Amino acid sequence: MEKQLQLLDPMVIRKDFPILSTMVNNHPLVYLDNAATTQKPQAVLDALTDYYLHYNANVHRGVHHLSQQATIAFENVREKIRQFINAASSHEIIYTRGTTESINLVASTWGRKNIKAGDEILISEIEHHSNIVPWQMLCEEKQAILKVIPIHENGTLDMDAFYQMLTDKVKLLAITHVSNTLGTITPVKELIDAAHANNTIVLVDGAQALSHIKVDVQDLGCDFYAFSAHKIYGPMGIGGLYGKEHILEAMPPYQGGGEMIQSVSFEKTTYNELPFKFEAGTPNAGGAIGFGAALDYINKLGIDNIAAYEHRLGNYATRRLMENSNIRIVGTAPEKASVISFLIDRIHPFDAGTILDQMGIAVRTGNHCTQPLMDKYGVPGTIRASLAFYNTESEVDALINGISKVEQLFL
Amino acid sequence: MKIQDASNSIINEFDNFEDWMDKYNYLIELGKSLPMIEEKYKVESNLIPGCQSRVWLHAEFDGKLIHFTADSDAVITRGIANLLIRVYSDHTPQEILDASTEFIKEIGLTEHLSPTRSNGLMSMIKQIKMYALAYKTKLAIDQ
Ligand SMILES: Cc1ncc(COP(=O)(O)O)c(C=O)c1O
Repeated sequence: MEKQLQLLDPMVIRKDFPILSTMVNNHPLVYLDNAATTQKPQAVLDALTDYYLHYNANVHRGVHHLSQQATIAFENVREKIRQFINAASSHEIIYTRGTTESINLVASTWGRKNIKAGDEILISEIEHHSNIVPWQMLCEEKQAILKVIPIHENGTLDMDAFYQMLTDKVKLLAITHVSNTLGTITPVKELIDAAHANNTIVLVDGAQALSHIKVDVQDLGCDFYAFSAHKIYGPMGIGGLYGKEHILEAMPPYQGGGEMIQSVSFEKTTYNELPFKFEAGTPNAGGAIGFGAALDYINKLGIDNIAAYEHRLGNYATRRLMENSNIRIVGTAPEKASVISFLIDRIHPFDAGTILDQMGIAVRTGNHCTQPLMDKYGVPGTIRASLAFYNTESEVDALINGISKVEQLFL
Repeated sequence: MKIQDASNSIINEFDNFEDWMDKYNYLIELGKSLPMIEEKYKVESNLIPGCQSRVWLHAEFDGKLIHFTADSDAVITRGIANLLIRVYSDHTPQEILDASTEFIKEIGLTEHLSPTRSNGLMSMIKQIKMYALAYKTKLAIDQ
């Protein structure tokens, strides 16, 4: 049954985010750089403080009270993550530093074991450097070949090209769920189904998706799903990798150290079971606990309500930007998250960003770690406004006014 | 003009500005005002790495003084480059190496000094000083 959507009230929500009342250069902060990192609600800050105030201890180590309490909290969050993305088992959730480490983990373990000379790895033109470089490194090491699915002018994947490229040489498809630069939501389910019919393993870069749309890894059927807590209102330095259990089981460990072992002698070490096999060393327990608080917070608001609100706000921002004939929006896919890249005619993005910053408006300028994509569009970079559920129409208006100021100054 | 005097005169100019708009307006004017580098020097090898905008810096040494020219595809960066050239160009390698970068703080552009700003101000200064060091070394060897 469809759940009734609830209208979120940003004015109430904003009170949960203390940083949003910051003044920047004597202007109220207008934070439109959520694709880079999101702000943290008080509940996350409280969870972090509570952990460090009351039960900071190393997890999975001690029999003492604090260690047990920390371990329980740490493992409870693993279960929360499992629920949030609907994995089959919490063993399939591996803590990492974030998306980048998750992808590197797969490249160094699954990749090193399974990719052979002449094999192909398929990525797309809209990938973040994090989902390009680890595969380039692997391909170089293994003499494998990296192939790139092209995109159409509007920022959607060229699916005809994809089907043509999906030959039996392709062992891995590594694809973003949502583009951090263009906002494009890729048709991951279709891609995964096609890849699986071809015996191709699929890794989805979910860094930008988790905070915007409902993610169900079992429904998607992906083999790996990578994500970062800091992009979904949690702390930095923590994130995760989902992997199907039988695939993770067959993978060699990632880093060696404490926690990932069962027994160590100088002759032979046996490895711990999932997920600990991949979690060498002391983890970011505090971060994980903060991540859990962030997921609780999102669940309270409802990811579907968030998606609906952001969709409306994204449309509003797009419409306002398009009223200005000097503005060109880069990336106009029909299925889009609230990430809007644009250019102002005859004004360098860096110039625009500098002036907007003077007015307290935080946007990202540059290539957004997607340099090949910028080359594709033949632009030095873009200005990117990425919206979250705590942003408002009046903040979009502030951006529009800011752009007018920029035009006054430069044109 | 001595480096210190050039810095001071820039500081004086910026003292007159009431708010950030005036300041940036001026930087933008400076940025728009002149073609600062010969087209033939806008080459890959003159690009300063690590900037959001492209910045070219070209140096020529006449045996005594270093002459700098620069350009960028962003106007504010051109404006800043313009200021740097006014201060550092046409001086001896030693004078350039000895010069302080205080004036940048004084004119309220410190935000552009932070390492997170990839606008090239820091990189430009570093590159200018590198040229000075290189030519100083060359002089020492030649003598
Ligand atoms: C699509 C995408 N993939 C990967 C990453 C890397 O995430 P992290 O830096 O948290 O590892 C990002 C972050 O910008 C992203 O937007």
